[in-house]
Amino acid sequence: MPKLNNANDLESLRSELQRARKNFRTTLTLCGGTGCQASQSRSVIDALKKEVNKQGLDKSVYVRTSGCHGFCEQGPLMVIEPGNIFYCHITPEDVSEIITQTLLNNVIIEKLLYTDPITGKKSQTEAEIPFYKAQDRQLLSQNRLVDPCSIEDFIAIGGYSALTKVLAKMTPEKIINEIKESGLRGRGGGGFPTSRKWADCKAAHGDEKYVICNADEGDPGAYMDRSILEGNPHLVLEGILIGAFAIGAAQGYIYVRKEYPLAVEHARIAIKQAREYGLLGEKILGSKFSFDVEIARGGGAFVCGESTALMASLEGKVGEPRPKDVHTVE
Amino acid sequence: MSTATLESILEGRRSQPQQLIEVLQDVQESYGYVPEDAMRSVSKNLGVPLMEVYRIANFYKTFSLKPRGKNVITICMGTACHVRGAHLLLDQVLGQLGLVPGATTEDGQFTVERVNCLGACALGPVVVHNGDYHHHMTPNKLRKLIASIRSTSMEEIAHA
Ligand SMILES: Cc1cc2nc3c(=O)[nH]c(=O)nc-3n(C[C@H](O)[C@H](O)[C@H](O)COP(=O)(O)O)c2cc1C
Ligand code: FES
Ligand code: FES
Repeated sequence: MPKLNNANDLESLRSELQRARKNFRTTLTLCGGTGCQASQSRSVIDALKKEVNKQGLDKSVYVRTSGCHGFCEQGPLMVIEPGNIFYCHITPEDVSEIITQTLLNNVIIEKLLYTDPITGKKSQTEAEIPFYKAQDRQLLSQNRLVDPCSIEDFIAIGGYSALTKVLAKMTPEKIINEIKESGLRGRGGGGFPTSRKWADCKAAHGDEKYVICNADEGDPGAYMDRSILEGNPHLVLEGILIGAFAIGAAQGYIYVRKEYPLAVEHARIAIKQAREYGLLGEKILGSKFSFDVEIARGGGAFVCGESTALMASLEGKVGEPRPKDVHTVE
Repeated sequence: MSTATLESILEGRRSQPQQLIEVLQDVQESYGYVPEDAMRSVSKNLGVPLMEVYRIANFYKTFSLKPRGKNVITICMGTACHVRGAHLLLDQVLGQLGLVPGATTEDGQFTVERVNCLGACALGPVVVHNGDYHHHMTPNKLRKLIASIRSTSMEEIAHA
């Protein structure tokens, strides 16, 4: 991997990647997230890749393993583009039919379509499915556009362009102001305005500042942190980088539950790739900004999701909350 | 316990007390538990009192101070799995193996652990066997799973 020395390097890499992706006539995106892995999506993905190769279609068909699409209950699932065709509960035995029927002859396979349990109506495309229709996915909608282990996929859809913009054209004050105008709030439960947290941290005493990404996600039933870190880790890294630049931090941590082994693995791979491209480390993209990230695995204590306990845990101590008379940014 | 592994875990982390938890995580992963020898060595190498190492290993649920079984069966007891009958699964596996949660069978084959949510709630109840996820579990399916793991290990022992 060539190191990217400036924004132009990144842009030319991006155009190159986009050009290469145009050669694919069809993209099959299969979910390889934790939920779908539990329903054996791995064996479907392997069978599909094998069959595509066997039929000599690997130059025109891109088989992408993505993170969670949100509809885990229907897994293993896939989306075929162009066409937005959605198949669910796929088994390895369905693979050759998908290729001969749908890919080569544009025939939809009825039995793999989603059936609404109430109306009994089948949906041909992902967009028609009532479950998705009711949602306005902002961050997680990108999940099916990227393979979480491929920084190239992320760059091809515009990844790290917000970082280049920030480094080239914005001051920390301007970033914080823009965050304020966007109305962005914390996702950890309190909904605290992100701009205030960043402004306070920037103004706080002390030379060394840190960005901590709290992906401890202890609440059962909530797994947006898992979905995003496991499905699109570079998006998280880009966000951390922008936050770090705004507050003046040189080191960051991603504190992630050990119970999410796939999220840990994908975050690790993402950090490694970002370092290789020079998107983490010394003088990022030729700027004066240096920053790196480490992963800390949570030890299975729910209370460690609380910010003061989390920081104690990061310091290698017992994760017990401390009274917040001293606020965490001070 | 292989000292070579412990050496490589400590590599680049000596005299850095804040690395304690990450080091213990790696020890747990490599050995399946945190042996006393390892705690002593970690204490010396990171410069953390042994008492503190023990406190950490005891506080975090991830760490086990006793060797774990060859087969670790993890039952998700999170809310979503709970309402779908995870407690029946726990009763099933503990009864079948004659264990309490966290304990290991005398032959060293099985350890049963509980966890709170694995992020696959839509497929609950979820049971994990050495990293392999099993979804929509029922006591009956779990009984068969345990029996098949047991007969596979019996065969391995017979052939060893
Ligand atoms: C017991 C307890 C558990 C918590 N667990 C989490 C968690 O799992 N994930 C999280 O992001 N925040 C958790 N929090 C909130 C954090 O303390 C902190 O407010 C939050 O991470 C700040 O990030 P935000 O600005 O994005 O909301 C928890 C708080 C408490 C009191
Ligand atoms: S893990 Fe596949 S849709 Fe959630
Ligand atoms: S509660 Fe069991 S996976 Fe979430």
